[in-house]
Parts: sequence; structure tokens; C-alpha cells
Amino acid sequence: MGAPAEAAEHAGEHRDYAGAKLGMWIFVFTELILFGGLFVAYGMYRSMHAHDFHKASGELNVTLGVVNTLILLTSSLTMVLSIVAIRLGRKLQSMLFLACTMLLGAAFLVNKFFEWKAKIHHGIYPGSEHLMARPPGERLFFGLYFGMTGLHGLHVTIGVVVMSVMLVFLARDRIRHNDFIKLENTGLYWHLVDIIWIFLLPLFYLAA
Amino acid sequence: MSAAASLVADSPTGEPSFYERRGIASWLLTTDHKRIGILYLASMMTFFLVGMTFGVFMRLEQLSMGPTIMKPTTYNALFTLHGVFMIFLFVIPGLSAVFGNFFLPIMIGARDVAFPRLNLLSWYLFMSGAAVALSSLFTGNGPPDTGWSFYVPYSVRTGTNVTMAVFGVFLIGFSSIITGLNFITTIHRLRTKGMNWMRMPLFPWALYATAWVQVLATPILGITLLLVILERVFHLGIFDPSIGGDPILYQHLFWTYSHPAVYIMILPAMGAISEIIPTFAHRTIFGYKAIVLSSMGIAAIGSLVWAHHMFTSGMSEFAIIVFSLLTFLVAIPSAIKVFNWVATLYKGSVELRPPMLFALAFVFLFSIGGLTGLFQGALAINVHIHDTYFIVGHFHYVMFGGTGFAFFAALHYWYPKMFGRMYNERAAIVAFVPIFVGFNLLYFTFLILGLQGMPRRYYDHLPRFHTGHIWATIGSWIMVAGLLLMVINLVRGLFRKTSIPANPWGGVTLEWTVPSPPPTENFAVLPVISEPAYTFNPVAKEPA
Repeated sequence: MGAPAEAAEHAGEHRDYAGAKLGMWIFVFTELILFGGLFVAYGMYRSMHAHDFHKASGELNVTLGVVNTLILLTSSLTMVLSIVAIRLGRKLQSMLFLACTMLLGAAFLVNKFFEWKAKIHHGIYPGSEHLMARPPGERLFFGLYFGMTGLHGLHVTIGVVVMSVMLVFLARDRIRHNDFIKLENTGLYWHLVDIIWIFLLPLFYLAA
Repeated sequence: MSAAASLVADSPTGEPSFYERRGIASWLLTTDHKRIGILYLASMMTFFLVGMTFGVFMRLEQLSMGPTIMKPTTYNALFTLHGVFMIFLFVIPGLSAVFGNFFLPIMIGARDVAFPRLNLLSWYLFMSGAAVALSSLFTGNGPPDTGWSFYVPYSVRTGTNVTMAVFGVFLIGFSSIITGLNFITTIHRLRTKGMNWMRMPLFPWALYATAWVQVLATPILGITLLLVILERVFHLGIFDPSIGGDPILYQHLFWTYSHPAVYIMILPAMGAISEIIPTFAHRTIFGYKAIVLSSMGIAAIGSLVWAHHMFTSGMSEFAIIVFSLLTFLVAIPSAIKVFNWVATLYKGSVELRPPMLFALAFVFLFSIGGLTGLFQGALAINVHIHDTYFIVGHFHYVMFGGTGFAFFAALHYWYPKMFGRMYNERAAIVAFVPIFVGFNLLYFTFLILGLQGMPRRYYDHLPRFHTGHIWATIGSWIMVAGLLLMVINLVRGLFRKTSIPANPWGGVTLEWTVPSPPPTENFAVLPVISEPAYTFNPVAKEPA
């Protein structure tokens, strides 16, 4: 949005931390509700097709799911450490931790990619002949699996992109020890992505 | 924008008005909430006129029986597009995006919204959503023909360009969320000194209630529409019964947003009316707290009534009864507001100037809309009138007679403040009469046709409905003539060289303390509030 807006911002407008945080929290709520629609669908179909869900869930790779959970949890830790570091004025350390978070996010996506690839290789993807030959509950399970982990993966991707912008901001001192609300809000978003996964893991991988 | 550009800088105090900076870039890159409000106004009036044209053609087709000016498929596309344009591009964002953006910060004594750049982003999302929805007309296999509600399974199976239209609506929804988030934060953080919650004018209060509904309900629409797209592209199966999904789930999710959306439309309209009526009755609003609480009450209960759109869908009997009860409950806060407005008029010195005429028409039409809504909340009657013209008549009374008239009332009310110009008041009244008469002829006839059994969305009609359709079409001509006159009058007003005082109507809220049009920073010094909103001072007029 270009120079005029930025100039106006620097011209001594208010800098309202509590406001910025409030806005971010509201956004986090909207994200929860966005996923909420899918969780409702999951709940409904699982209660209708409990047996099919149980059976289909057994086909997911629990090890991969748990590894990915550990990756995301660790990335939340490095995110927090990055914020703590900039708060203490340790710019380089903050950048390092943020880069770690990005790498972990990317590792999550790589894992996810191989997981999806294996499933698709076995003919399990929405609308596939193989899947259509199976009972409706299993079709719905995999439909939800791809839909929900896909939307979650999209959020992880967006998070990594946003973090790369934050990294540039850190490098250029646009985020400083006394002005780190952008990084903090990025952290809020990242924890949201994390917590959604915490719910996806048991619902899909551990349901069997 | 050329008309707007001619308005530059002649505010009486000598402070440059917010129109001062010129050039396309100064508009397209602006973060000034007032300019963004004007951008929204210009785009929305365009969409309104396009949507109106679709409506006129539909009425024209219904003037006589059998195919006349269009094919059935064209008719299906027209009622879909009429709905998408009017609902998603005009009535839902309408008052909050235009007047909310322009006046919310001024009315609470702030210099801008909390996130000015997000505000601009919101306009861009709105415009790109509109562009994508529009492009669905000309790309793919023809315009969408599902109706604005995109019901599955038809919307998943039809070959027409539903994906584009749905994606456009998704973007518009995102824009709506951002605006809501921005307004909530603005109201929490930027109220000026002394402007505590119970001193806040009612329009900001209504925007606050609306913003919560926008933020909490719109994501549901987002995910639902996203699923329709995934369903069409990847055959996910969540809604498609041939794969195992349940179309009723779609209806639930869709109305979980789209019924609260009705309150996104009407709450800011009620807020604007609560501003206009005290100004022209020259007395304080009756029952300020009741109006505030009823706004929040509508927002809360209104989020829990969605399934009354689905009484005939095959839900459980128990659910139907609960939703019927909730539907009756939500009428109570709306009625409280109507009584408050009427009580405000009592012993006021009522001035029937154009904004007031539209506002009073709002109260009248909204009451009809609200009461006909109760008919449908009653289970036995609902089965009879479901999917008839009665529904169409009802929601036009609420959306157009309610939100539409409130939009025009607000436009006539705040016009001098927004532009520092004045329309011809006599012409505005002359335009109002045919709008009001034509409106009732058109939509009251719909109510009657519906009770007689005319189904909605039908391309053709039986001979026994013919007379009604003729009257309705004549009504549409009268109304459109009035609307065109109104628009011409408003546009011409921009070019009339008049200087407008800060407070032409005798209003008492903060926007009337700043020059017309306001300077870029709104206030030279931020005001300090020491008394409740709507403190009229009759003593000044008649010294005792």
C-alpha cells in the first residue's frame, strides 16, 4: 500500500499495542470459526458413520502424524523464544529462532506432502474410483481428511510466508525491542495453526 | 470521482477538506476512512443500479404469461445475479461500509479507524470479489443459475459458472470480516475522552453489534463456500449425497451465516434511523438504553434462529419447534426499537424533510416486513407459504423497505456533511413519493400473490396470478422512476455551488460539530464529552 500510508504512519500517528492485539485476537476467533464449520461436519458424520471412521482412521500413518505434532509444538517454542529474544533486544537471536520456526513449518509441510502423496498413490483421494468403491463413511472420512489437513496446510504455508516478511522486518529494524507487535501477532497466528493441528491429530490419526 | 474532485477545499473554517488532495492515486491509495467511505458509496450505488436493472427485467418478463423477452435459463441467471448483487454487494455491506466508515470515527471523536490500511485492503477485497462475481457472467458455461443461496446438490452439479460466483462472495465475506474487526477495535480503543459506552451515539452502537455478527458469522459462510468450491473441483463429498454427504448440512451452515447476515443488514439501518429521528423530532431519543440493549439482543438471538429457513427441509420436529420459538423471541428487541422511535416522535416538533420521510417510511415498511416474518416463524403457516412470493414480499419489505430505505435516509441525512453540497430538497420529496407508492404496489402484491400460492423463482405463471403480476410490474415501473429521479437529484446536487454550514439539520452528535465536508484529520482538537448523546437544548430556542 505504498509510501503515503507508511509516511502517515510514521508521521506520529497513535501506536496502539492493545488495539493491535485486540484486532489479532478477533481475527484468531474468526479463524477458529472458519475451522469450526469443518469440525461440525466432522462431528456430524463421525456420529453417523462411527464404524467407517474408525476403520478409515486405521489407514493413516500415526508415526508421521505424531512426528508432525512434535515438529509443530517445537516450532511454537522457537516462535516464543524469538519474541522473548527481540524483547531483550537480541536481534540476531530473534532472527535465528524465527528462521528455526520457518524451517520447522516447512518440515511439517514436507512431511504432509509425502503423506498425501502416499495416499494418492494408493488411490485414496476425493472422487477416486478406489474410494468410491468403499462405504460412504470412509469416503467422507477421507474427504474431511484432505479438506481439513489441506486447509490447515494452507494456513501453515501462509504462516511461513508471513514469517519470512517478519524476518526482513527484523533485519531492517522495523521490528525492534520496543516495537515488536507485528512479531507478537505473527506468533499468535502461529499458535492458532498449532492448536488446530492438536485437534486434527486425535480426530484423524488416533480415532482408530 | 470527477464530481467529488470539484468539491475541493471550501470548508468555511479555511481548514482544507478531506477532498483537498487530487488525483486518482490519492483515492486509490488513501487510508482516510472518509475517502474509503466515498469509494464504497460510489461502487455500491453502481452495483445497486445494476441489481435494480436485473429486477426490472424479471418483472418485465412476468408482465405477460409465456416466454416473452427472455429464455427460462436467462431468468434463472437473472434472479441469481439480482440476489448476489443486491445482497452481497449492496445491503449486507451497505450502511456499515459507507456510513460506518465515514462517520464511525467522527461520531466517537477519533481521527480514523484503528487499522486504516486494513480498511483500504477491505475495499480492495470487496472490489475484487465484485469483479470475480461479475466475471462469472461472461466466463465458463454461462452465469450461475442456482439462486443467491447456492443450494447443494444443484450448485455442485450445474454446469454454469458457480465456482467463480462463489469465490467472489468468499472474497466479499473476507472484506466484511476485516471491516467488522476494524470497527470493534476502533470502538474499543479510540473513543474520545469522556465518550463512555453509555454516551456513545446509537449508530456506532449498532455498528458495534453488527461488527460482532460480521466477525462471528461470516467465517462460517467462508468455509461453506470454500467447501462448495472444493466439492465442485475435487468432489470432496461433504455435501454431495451421491458420495455420502448431506445437503441439509449445507443448508444449516449456509443459514448459520446467512440469517445473522439479515441482522448485519438491518442493525446499522436501525442505527441510522435512531440518529435521524431525534434530529428531525428535535428531541432526545426515547429509551436510549433499551435501543442499545435491543441491538445487542438482536445480535445475540439473531445468531440462533437460522434453521427457520429450513422448516420444510426435513429437520427433526423438536428442532423445528425450538427454532420457531427463538424466531418469535428475536422479534421482541426489534419491536422495542420500533416503539422507541415512535415514542421519540411523541411531543417532538417533527420536521418532514427528506431524510425524515425516508426514515418514517422505514419504520412503516420495516414493521410490515417484521410482522410478515412472524407469519413464517409460525410452523403451520410456514408450510403453506414456504417458497412462495410471500417470502419474496417479506424479505423485500425487510431488506429494501428496511435497509434500502434506511440507506437512502442516511444518504439524504449525511449528504451535506459528506460532500459539503446540498441536493434539491423539493426534488428529493418528489422522488420519495413514487418510490414509496411503487414499492408498496410491487411488494404488497407479492405478499398477496404468495398467499394465493404463486411459487417463487418460477419463470412463468398461471392465469389466476396474472392480474397480480401486472400490478406488481406497474409498481416496479413507478418505483424505478422514483429511484432514478432520486439518483439524478443526488448527483446533480454535487455540482450545485452552495456552501453548507456545519450543522444544517440541527443534529447533536459529533459529526455536526466539524465542517462540511470534514477536514482530513476530522477534529482540530479532539473533543471531550461531558453529557449523554442526544442532549437537545430547547431552552436555547425558547428562553423562559
